[in-house]
Amino acid sequence: MSLIVKTVTTIMIGFIFIYGAYIILHGHLTPGGGFAGGVIIAGAFILKILAFGSEAIDEKKSEMGSSIFESVGALLFIGVAIAGLVLAGTFFLNFLPKGIPLHLWSAGIIPFCNIAIGIKVGAGLFSIFLALAAVKYVMTD
Amino acid sequence: MTFIPLFFVLPLAAAFIIPILGKIAKSLIWIFVTLVSFALFVLALYGAAVTQEVPMIVYQMGNWPPPLGIVMAFDSFSAFMTLVISMLVFAGSVFSLRYISHYTGQWKFYTLYMLITAGMMGIVITGDLFNMFVFLEIAAISSYALVAFGVDAEELEASFKYMVMGEVGGLTFLLAIALLYAKTSTLNLADISNSLQLVGHTPFFWLVLGMMLLAFSIKSAFVPFHSWLPDAHPAAPAPISSLLSGIFIKVLGMYTAARIIFNVFGLSRANAPALFNVLVGIGLLSIAFAGVTALSQKDYKRLLGYSSVSQVGYIMLGFGIGNYYGVAGAIFYILAHALAKGLLFLTSGSVVNATGTRDLTKLAGLGEKMSTTAWSFRFGSMSLIGLPPFVGFFAKWLICLGALKAGFGWLAVVAIALSVLTLSYLLKIENSVFMKKGKTQAAKAPFTMRIAMVFLVVLIIVLGIGFQSVIEFIVGPAANALLRGLEYANLVFGSAAVGF
Repeated sequence: MSLIVKTVTTIMIGFIFIYGAYIILHGHLTPGGGFAGGVIIAGAFILKILAFGSEAIDEKKSEMGSSIFESVGALLFIGVAIAGLVLAGTFFLNFLPKGIPLHLWSAGIIPFCNIAIGIKVGAGLFSIFLALAAVKYVMTD
Repeated sequence: MTFIPLFFVLPLAAAFIIPILGKIAKSLIWIFVTLVSFALFVLALYGAAVTQEVPMIVYQMGNWPPPLGIVMAFDSFSAFMTLVISMLVFAGSVFSLRYISHYTGQWKFYTLYMLITAGMMGIVITGDLFNMFVFLEIAAISSYALVAFGVDAEELEASFKYMVMGEVGGLTFLLAIALLYAKTSTLNLADISNSLQLVGHTPFFWLVLGMMLLAFSIKSAFVPFHSWLPDAHPAAPAPISSLLSGIFIKVLGMYTAARIIFNVFGLSRANAPALFNVLVGIGLLSIAFAGVTALSQKDYKRLLGYSSVSQVGYIMLGFGIGNYYGVAGAIFYILAHALAKGLLFLTSGSVVNATGTRDLTKLAGLGEKMSTTAWSFRFGSMSLIGLPPFVGFFAKWLICLGALKAGFGWLAVVAIALSVLTLSYLLKIENSVFMKKGKTQAAKAPFTMRIAMVFLVVLIIVLGIGFQSVIEFIVGPAANALLRGLEYANLVFGSAAVGF
C-alpha cells in the first residue's frame, strides 16, 4: 500500500480500537455490546495487516496470541457464569449490585459478560482473518 | 440441584482451557480430557440416581422462572441420555491417546471433542427450544470440523457434503422454531406444549411438526436422507466415528424427535395413528435399504456407517410402535447400539492404526495377531445382531414385544428377519479381516486402545446380564418420562414452583 494509506492507518488504528472498547463498555447502556465492539477491535488489527501486508507481522506469533485471548475470553464468560453458581448458588445469577440505571457501573454482571464476549469475538475474528491470510504461507511451507 | 449446569459447563470450560494447556504442557491435555470425561460419567450416574426419586428437576438459569428465562429440564430420559453419552465420550477419550498421536494439532482435536460433548449434553438437558437449536449447532459444527480433521481430499469432501446436508436440516429446524414462535410467542418447551393444545391439530401444527421431523431425519440419517453418513462417519478419526455413529446421530435426531413428538406436541398412537405408522414405515425402510447396501461395501468403516443407518431404523420402529414396550425398547436400543457400534468403530480404529488400511480386500488374518480387537469385534457384533445374553438382544426383544402387544405380529417377525442382514454384513468383516488366513502386517493394539475396547465389552456383557435392573431403573423411567406426554409441561412448571 502507498505511504498515504500507511500513515492514515497508523493514526486511525488507535481511535478505532478505543471506539471498539467504548462500544463494549457501554454495551449495557447503548446499542452495541460485546459482539459489535469485538468486531470493531478485530477490524483495527485487520486494517493494520491490510495496510502493511502480511509480511509486517509474525503470523505464527499473532495466531498464538489471538488464540490464547480467544480462550481467555470464553473462560472469562464461563467464569462469570460459574461465579454466580459459586458465590450465590445459581448458574448465571446476576449476583452483583445492579447500581443506578444508565450509569456505567450498573446492570451487575452484564458489563463483565460484554467484556468477555468482546475479547472472545475480537480475538476469534482476528484468528479467522489470520487463517485466511496465512493460506499462502501454509501452502508454500 | 446445582449439578445440572455442570453437564455442559465442564466440557465447555475444558474446551477453552485446552488451547491454553496446549501451549504450556502438551502431555497433560489427554489426562485432563480423560478426567473431565470420567467426571461427566460420575455426574451422569449421580443424575440417574437422583431421578429415581424426583421425576423432574428444573434448573432456572440465573433464577429466571420458566416462561421468561431459560430452564434446564432434567428428567429420567435426559438422565439416560447423559449416561450413554458419557460412556462413549469416556471410552473415546481413552482410545484417542494413541490413535491421535500421529496427527498434528492434537489440542484442536481435544477442544472439538469437548465442544461436541458440551453440545450433546446441552441438547439432552435443556428445556428450551432455541437453546436446543444452539446446542445442536455447537455439536454439529464441531462434528463438521472433526470429520475433516485429517484434511485429506476424501475427508474434506465428506465433511463438505455432511455440512451442506446438516445445515439444510439445521435451517429447517430454525425455520420451524420461527414459525412456532410466531404462533405461540414462547420458546420454552413446556410453554409451547401448553399453547399448542389451544391451537389444536390444524394444518399449521402438522406443517411445523413435519419440518422438524424432516430436520431430525436429516440429522439422524434416515433413508432417503442418509447419503452423507456413509461418507462422513468413515472419514472421521475412529474415536469420532465411534462417537458420531454411537450417540451423536441419536442425540441430534432421535432424542429431539422423541421429546418433541411425545412431550411437546403431545402425540401418541392413540391420537395420531397415521403419524406413528409413518414412523414405523421410515424405520423399516431404513433397516432394509441400508442393510442391503451395507452387504456390498468393501470398506471396513463405510460398511459400519451403512450399518448405523440401518440400526437407527430399529429405534424409529420402537418409537413408532408407541406403546410402553415399544418406546422402552427404542430407548434400550439407543443404549445397546451406542455401546455396540461405538465398540465396532473403535475396533476399526485399532485395525487402521495397526495396518494403515480399511479396505476389506486387503486385510486378512488379524484374528490371532490382534486378539483383543478381534474378540471385541465379536462381542460387539453379537450384541448388534441380537444374541442373548448381550445387551442388544434385550433391546430387540423389547421392541418385538411392543410390536406383539400393539397387534403388529408381522412387524415383530419382519424386525427379527431383518437381523439376518445385520448378521451377514458383520460376518463379512469377521470373515475377511479376522478369520481369513493372510499375511497382513500388524502389531498388537496399544494398551490404552485395548482398555477402551474392553471397557465397552464389559458394559455390553454386564448390562446384558443385568438387563432387569437396567430396565427397572434406567430405561423404564425414561420410557415413562416420554409416555407422560403433555404431563411434561405441568411437571416443568410444578417443579419450578417448588424449587427443584
